[in-house]
Parts: sequence; C-alpha cells; structure tokens
Amino acid sequence: MMQSSDQLLLAYRKMRTIREFEDRMHLEFTRGDVPGFVHLYAGQEASAVAVCANLTDRDVLLNTHRAHGPAIARGSDIYAVAKEIYCRQGGICRGRGGSAHLHDVSVGLWGANSGVGSGVALGCGAALAARNRGTGGIAVALAGDGAINQGVVSEALNMASIWKLPLVIVFENNGYAEATGADYAIAGKDIYKRAAAFDMPGIMVEGHDYFAVYDAVGKAVTRARSGDGPTIIEVKQLRYYGHFEGDAQSYRPRGEVEQYRQDKDCLKTFRSIFIAETPGNAAQLDAIDREVMSLIDDVYAQARAAAFPADDEFMHYIYASDCQES
Amino acid sequence: MAKKSYRQAVNEAIQQEMRRDSAVILIGEDVAGGAGAGGKDDAWGGPMAVTKGLLAEFGAERVVDTPISEAGYIGMAIGAAAGGLRPIADLMFNDFIGVCFDQVVNQAAKYRYMYGGQDSIPLTIRTMIGAGLSISAQHSQCLYPVFSYFAGLKVVVPSCPYDAKGLLISAIRDNDPVIFCEHKLLYDMVEEVPDSPYSIPFGEARFVRDGGDVTIVALSRMVHIALEAATILAEQGIDCEIIDPRTTTPLDVETILESVAATGRLVIVDEAGPRCGMAADIAAMVAEDGFSSLKAPIIKVTPPHSPIPAAPNLEKLYIPDAARVIAAVHKVMGRKD
Repeated sequence: MMQSSDQLLLAYRKMRTIREFEDRMHLEFTRGDVPGFVHLYAGQEASAVAVCANLTDRDVLLNTHRAHGPAIARGSDIYAVAKEIYCRQGGICRGRGGSAHLHDVSVGLWGANSGVGSGVALGCGAALAARNRGTGGIAVALAGDGAINQGVVSEALNMASIWKLPLVIVFENNGYAEATGADYAIAGKDIYKRAAAFDMPGIMVEGHDYFAVYDAVGKAVTRARSGDGPTIIEVKQLRYYGHFEGDAQSYRPRGEVEQYRQDKDCLKTFRSIFIAETPGNAAQLDAIDREVMSLIDDVYAQARAAAFPADDEFMHYIYASDCQES
Repeated sequence: MAKKSYRQAVNEAIQQEMRRDSAVILIGEDVAGGAGAGGKDDAWGGPMAVTKGLLAEFGAERVVDTPISEAGYIGMAIGAAAGGLRPIADLMFNDFIGVCFDQVVNQAAKYRYMYGGQDSIPLTIRTMIGAGLSISAQHSQCLYPVFSYFAGLKVVVPSCPYDAKGLLISAIRDNDPVIFCEHKLLYDMVEEVPDSPYSIPFGEARFVRDGGDVTIVALSRMVHIALEAATILAEQGIDCEIIDPRTTTPLDVETILESVAATGRLVIVDEAGPRCGMAADIAAMVAEDGFSSLKAPIIKVTPPHSPIPAAPNLEKLYIPDAARVIAAVHKVMGRKD
C-alpha cells in the first residue's frame, strides 16, 4: 500500500524523534541520574516505525526490553515515556516499570518484557482475544534475535499457526543477544527460515530500509487481518549502542557501527529515497530535524524535573483492590 | 440442593460462569481431550474428567485443547486476559509450573504492578495438587506455598465441594490472577452443593470445627485428616478447633490469631513441605503477633523435606496422617503418648 506524503513525513518524524531521544539518552545516562538498565534503539528506528505505520488503534503491539523506540513509534506521549525511564510521576507506568517495561494501553502498546520471548506468547493471547471478541484487531509481537532461542517462542509460534491467529511476529535481528552473536547462537543463522517449520510465511527484510520493512509488514498484517494466520518477519539491523548503557561492547568488531552508519543508516536511507522522488522534500525533512531537536530538549528537561512516585503509594497497583488513582 | 462431588462442583462452577459471561474460556491440555485425534473430540474432559461435557455446550472456540506447551498457553492466557477475555487455564498438575514459572510469576503476577495499574489480568489457573496416587515426585506436590510467595497472585486451596464451587466462581470473577489448587484425592468427595451459582469471598477462613483446647489450622485435604484426628481426640477429652484458611493469598491471619488467643495452642497440618511452606509461614505469623497467647510451642505437621516417592508404603509415610496430628496435639497439650 502506498503511503501519502504526510504519512511518510510522520514516519520520518518518528524515526528522527527516536534517534534524537536515544542519542540524548546515551549522553544523559553518563550523568548518573537515569535509574536502572537502559537499552537503546538507535539504529533500529525504521523497524518499529514501519511496523506501527501498518497498525490501527484496534491492534496491539507487544514491546521488547529495547522499549523506547517502539513506544515512541506507537504514539505514546514522549514526555510520559521519558518520565517512565526516569521512574518519575507522570511516567506511563507510574515509575513502576522503568526503561525496559514501557507499556501504554492507551495506544495499544503492551508490556515490554524482560523475559525476552514472552511477548510472543502474550501476543497469541492478544490475537485470540481480538478474534474471539470480534474486534477486527491483530497483534504484532516484537522480539529480538535472542528471543527466537527461547522455548516459549517455539511454543507460541506453533500455537499461532495451528489456530491461525491474527498475529505477526517481528524478529528484530540486531546481531547480538546481549554480548552473544546471532550467527553463533542461531542454528541455520536465519530466523525467518524457521517459519517453514511452523507452516507460516517467513520474510527477511533489510531493517535500514523503512520502505522495505513497511511493505513486508504490510503483507503480513493483511494476511493476519484476513484470517489466514501468522507470519514471521526477520528484520536485519544493527544497534548503534551496547546491549545496555555502560556496555563497553568489546565483543563487537571494530568499526562495525561506523560502517553501518555510513552505508545503511535508516534515516539517511529514508532521506535519499524520499528526496529522490521529490527533491523539494529536503526542506521539509530539515524542518522536522530542527523541531525534533527542540522537542527533545524540552522532554528531557521535564522528565528530570518531575517528582519520583510518592512513598505512600508504594503498595498501590499490586491487586485490583489497591488500584487507587494517583 | 443436591449432593455433588468436588469434581462436579468444579465442573458446575465453570459451566455456570461460561454461561453467564461469554468472555470466559477454558484452555489447556486435554480439557476436552480428543482434538484432532480421530475419535471422540471430548473423550477425556481432563485426565480426571473434571471438565467433561463443557466442549459440547460451549464449542471449540471456548473450550480449547492445547499442545503440550505450558509456557506457551499460560502466556497466551495472560495475553487473552489483558485483551478482555476471562480465561481459565488448566495447568494439569501443579508440578508443571516448572515449565511455565516465568509466565505465572513474572508475567501474570507483575502485570498490574509493573505497568502502573493500567491493566487487570482476570486469569484463573486451575491445577491439581497432592500426593496419594503413587504417581511419584513430579505429579504429587503441593506447591501453593510457592505461588503464595508472589505478590500479585491469589491462591485458593478448597477442601470440600461446597467451597470448591463458591471459590472457583469467585476466582473466575476476580480481576487478579488466581491459582486454584484442586486436590486430586478430593474429586470424589460428596456433599450438599447448591445448584445456583454462589461465591465465597477470598481471605475468609472457615471454622470446620469449634473447640477450646487446641487450634488446628489445616489446608486442602489435610482438613479431613485433622477432622479424623479431632474426632478421636474428642473421645479422649481434647476439644480441637479446626480452621481452614481456604485461600493462602489473601490469608485470614486474624481468624487464626483469634482462635489461638482462645486456645493458646497451635498445630498446623499441611501437605506442603516443612521448609518455606504454609505451615512455616503461619507459624511465623503467630509467633510474631500471637506469642503472648501461646501456652506451648507451635507444632507443624508436614511431610518430610523430601521428594514424593511412588512406592505406596513410602508415600503413606510421606503424607501426614491422623496419628501424627494426634501426637502433635498430645504434645502441645503436654500429654505423653
């Protein structure tokens, strides 16, 4: 399906927003006031943004621990995202989840999850519920290359197939499960080829190319929505930073990221394709870049200024009966 | 009111809730028992025939036989609960928690809290507990103390058909994940059970027997062992009060403390193990908050800290019996056997 110029500009804005957000987080983390583990999505922006461009309000996107990018792509309030990462009041999970657990039911973004494969199983449930309730929605489960090797993922893929659930499983293969190489850990090396064993289509796509990811996901979404069942999409990409902030990344080959940034950066790729079609578009992209920069300044300022959750709300939200509004 | 078995009581609770609310579904291994097998598609109704007949009434959309994929389908049930259904997931034997522990304790239990109260997980996990069928160490455990450790879960251990129906209806209607532990040796127990639906609130213990000399707290099937002991002890002039907590989360500590305040003596009878179990937990709570009432040390009557053997003679040694309860009561009463 062709996207309008406005849709493409929105996609670019989201990708640029994620990039600036993550680049800033990389710097801010060194100040020492970001609590916990932080996993950055820089380099992978085209994937989440292209996935989300195919989704509607009825659909569910299951997030991963590398959670900031998908949350922004899905349309979560970026201020609430930043406040959650800083564990502050006004965070989307009220400071209980932090960076790795961004979940925003108001935009159909579910549970970033530290058990990396569980989102695929939960996605089966989201898909089952959508089908049983007749909402017309589908579920898209994001997972990393590490997740394909969890048993629960194989179980979930099998169930999704035998029941033809309206589910798309997007494996974002960024080359590393923590510090372990994907080519070492994955038998056969290609995640998408495993789809054949589960009797579903498997598609591999280059993750730096927004347009390619958009088309691949679009096919899978159409298939899911029309009741034909699940699809595996493997998005080949690279993360620009470590597994988490503070990761010295000595397991990576020298120059890998620099080379990828030069040859395959998703923002550069988008820009060159977009401008090639209509040269006058460069100014629009430049304007977006400037707007995003000033937005990010404000987002971080507000997140750092927000208060931590109140001590006397410590026991809230454990059970339904504790769910006082704060 | 008709007499019904524990098995029928559970079946009726599920049936009535599925009739009441189309969001209630039942999923698990062989809950119908026969999907795609070429013969009857509801041959089993679970290995103990507890869910027999539900497929015929509700169809395969709502009574779903799953592959042997506990992590997968428990995870799916959590997602379905977040998506607006009220799944009853059947984890055949509670011992199989080993392969879906992450789903239960890291997903279901944390979902509301970690996401700041945005969602409910109205999920009931039914599962069989208990020894006595010579099916060895991986089919016979009582793991509700493990479930009770996790904030965010509720845990139910019904000891009789009446409680099984009322507590299961409460579990299905509850907006939190509930682990509902059915003792496999109780399925044939029969008593009067109302035909119409009713619910029993969580966190309210049941007085099984009134008595002034010793408080016996007993869970699940051990309630009946305690009753057997109390009948014999009554003939000896010792009057036992038996309390069945019915749910281990929430736990009705107040009722236990009130009883101990009156009797001054506490024996806890539990089929779960002696370490980090409900007996140890309840003993600690009473020692902390009811110490001044105690006239004698608290005694725990539990199995040994061991796996469960298959050999019938060894399994009999494993499971607490009335003789051990009587000995414990004699001890807290200061009597010599």
